[in-house]
Order: sequence, then C-alpha cells, then structure tokens
Amino acid sequence: MKRIHIKYFASIREALGTAQEHHATACDTLGQLRDELAARNAVSAQALSRERAVRMALNQVMSSDAQPLLEGCEVAFFPPVTGG
Amino acid sequence: MLRSQNPQVGAVCAFVGTVRDRNGGATGAVGTDAGSISSLELEHYPSMTERAIETMIDEAFARFSMISARVIHRVGLLKPMDQIVLVAVTSAHRGDSFQACEFLMDYLKTQAPFWKKETTPEGARWVDARVSDDQAMQRWGIESHNL
Repeated sequence: MKRIHIKYFASIREALGTAQEHHATACDTLGQLRDELAARNAVSAQALSRERAVRMALNQVMSSDAQPLLEGCEVAFFPPVTGG
Repeated sequence: MLRSQNPQVGAVCAFVGTVRDRNGGATGAVGTDAGSISSLELEHYPSMTERAIETMIDEAFARFSMISARVIHRVGLLKPMDQIVLVAVTSAHRGDSFQACEFLMDYLKTQAPFWKKETTPEGARWVDARVSDDQAMQRWGIESHNL
C-alpha cells in the first residue's frame, strides 16, 4: 500500500465536499487511483466520472493516467483550468 | 523590469487580462442584468501555480530570443475591470516579444492551475474551459489536453 495525499480543486472540490485527504492505496497509477476513488460512492462516481474531463497532477506537475504513484506523493484532481 | 537599465532591450511587450462584466456566451435580454458578472473568484493550486509559471517561462526562453519575462496572476475575489493577469516580455527586437507574450498567454490558459467562478444574478457558476484555447497551443506545436 502507498500512502498518498490527495487534493481537490474547483467544482470537483465542491462536489466531493472536501479539499484534501490522506489515502492509502494499492493502485500503481494515477488512472487506477481515479477509478478507485470514483468507485467509493455515488457522488465520487459522478465527480470523477470518465465521462468528465478531469485533469490530474502528481507532485505539482501535470500528469496523466499512466503516471506511476509514489509513496508519500501529492496527487491532485481538478477540472480543466480556466486561468488567465 | 519594464524600466530595466539594459541597453540591449529594444522591445517591451506587455499583455494585461481584465475582468469583463459579461462572459462570451451570456445572452441576457437587452436592458436587463441577466448574464452580467458582478464578481469573479480565482481559485488556484498554491505551489503548483508557481512551478507551472516557471516552467512556461523556461519554455518561452527556449523558443524565443528574450531578455526577460514577468508573469503576475491575481487570485481571490475580483470585480469587473480589475486586472487579472500580466504577461510582460523584453527582447532586442519586437518579433520575439510579441510572440513570447502570446505563447505565454496560450500556455497559461491551458496549463496553469487556476479556476474562475463567476457570480451573476442567476447565481455562481464555474467558467468552462474552451476548446479554442487547446487549439491555440497547436500553433506552437504543443498538444494540449486541457479539455
């Protein structure tokens, strides 16, 4: 199991009702983690649904499904960015 | 930076993004406030925003012949006509400054972790990302997958 720290932003943070959590996972990749989190309950299933555009970062760098998870890493899930 | 004492600087180019009172697709009936934005909230991912901005400036220096660059992006609660973002570049000649400014804005729009939430008479709503911003990155040869 890897212990990781997860952050959520914007509409995903609102939908899930939390900005961050500590999580232990047996998943190997970011994509697997997303699906694991989505399977927890109905609200998560919708917020992290594969039908939605969800972006992911690992240790503050934009990443994608194939990115391997690291022990103690920081992961973030958020909607497409809208800065500028 | 804009007033740098560097005699090599021949061009200074700056872009400022500001808060409008209406979003692109808003269609309120003429004469009403429907669709008008009273405030804009900028959420961001602290620590990642700084890294993302450093990365895009490094990328700009690799692509263009620049002397210096500065990016400033506000966060928190803003109102119409407030400045949101500043991108400023100096170079010897104008071509590099113009291009680098545009590149940095295109990059920021698709890669920097900020999210806008508008408040209107109908309530608050998160701004949608635009396909056109991802498409803008293609002219720089970058496959952007924001959406």
